[in-house]
Amino acid sequence: MHLALFLIFGCICVAAAVNLLVQRHPINSALSLIVVMGSLAVLYLLLGAEFVAAIQVIVYAGAIMVLFVFVIMLLNAGVEEHTHGSKVAMRFGAPGAVLFVIAVVAALLRRGPDEMLPIGAMYGSPEAIGHLLFKDFLLPFEVTSVLILIAIMGAVVLARREN
Amino acid sequence: MVPLSWYLVLSAILFTLGVVGFIAKRNIITIFMSIELMLNAVNLSFVAFAAHWHQLSGQVFVFFVMVVAAAEAAVGLGIIIAVYRTRETLNVDRVNLLKL
Repeated sequence: MHLALFLIFGCICVAAAVNLLVQRHPINSALSLIVVMGSLAVLYLLLGAEFVAAIQVIVYAGAIMVLFVFVIMLLNAGVEEHTHGSKVAMRFGAPGAVLFVIAVVAALLRRGPDEMLPIGAMYGSPEAIGHLLFKDFLLPFEVTSVLILIAIMGAVVLARREN
Repeated sequence: MVPLSWYLVLSAILFTLGVVGFIAKRNIITIFMSIELMLNAVNLSFVAFAAHWHQLSGQVFVFFVMVVAAAEAAVGLGIIIAVYRTRETLNVDRVNLLKL
């Protein structure tokens, strides 16, 4: 069951990621990225990380992608034009990427059969994460809030019309 | 039952696709989405390792990565809007003032 779900959603994930690269219009790429994020959320659930799966859907597929789609619509982005640079990058980059993936996969699978991951053990509950976040990781958590504040102000300043 | 290395392989494939998109695409918004794809691939390996070693710290780190991604998306899209306002284009090859 775990294996079947992993294979199905892993394949959906890779297919949507390839579709992101193939599509010429940014809105199609954005929709495929949402599919990638949704299937990644299912994979997180398989790994027992229910809190991460939930915020993957809420924050990533919800908030961040809405921001992307909003900007695409706002700027009325059209079909991407191919240039000399992109053709050169594709000609040398695609074989290079395939070689890189083959090398990484070979290195990862050469270790032999490693431990199997259990299914259904939901130990990444919000309660456990919250305990860790507000005890061991309290300082990074607070620093994060400052980071978010600066990002908000930066976005407002950057997107403001100058006059 | 799925071995840990399969999750790492999937993560590596997604990351490489993100790198290819970052290099080969010419629309600045699509380049940004490729960066998000790479961050997601890294998150997947974080969660897989967290499940493997039964350590919740990996999942907390995913939380921080998501925060950084959200901040980056907000600022980056602000920059994109500013660039579009001054250059009237989303093609990165036409934003070449600093090029010789």
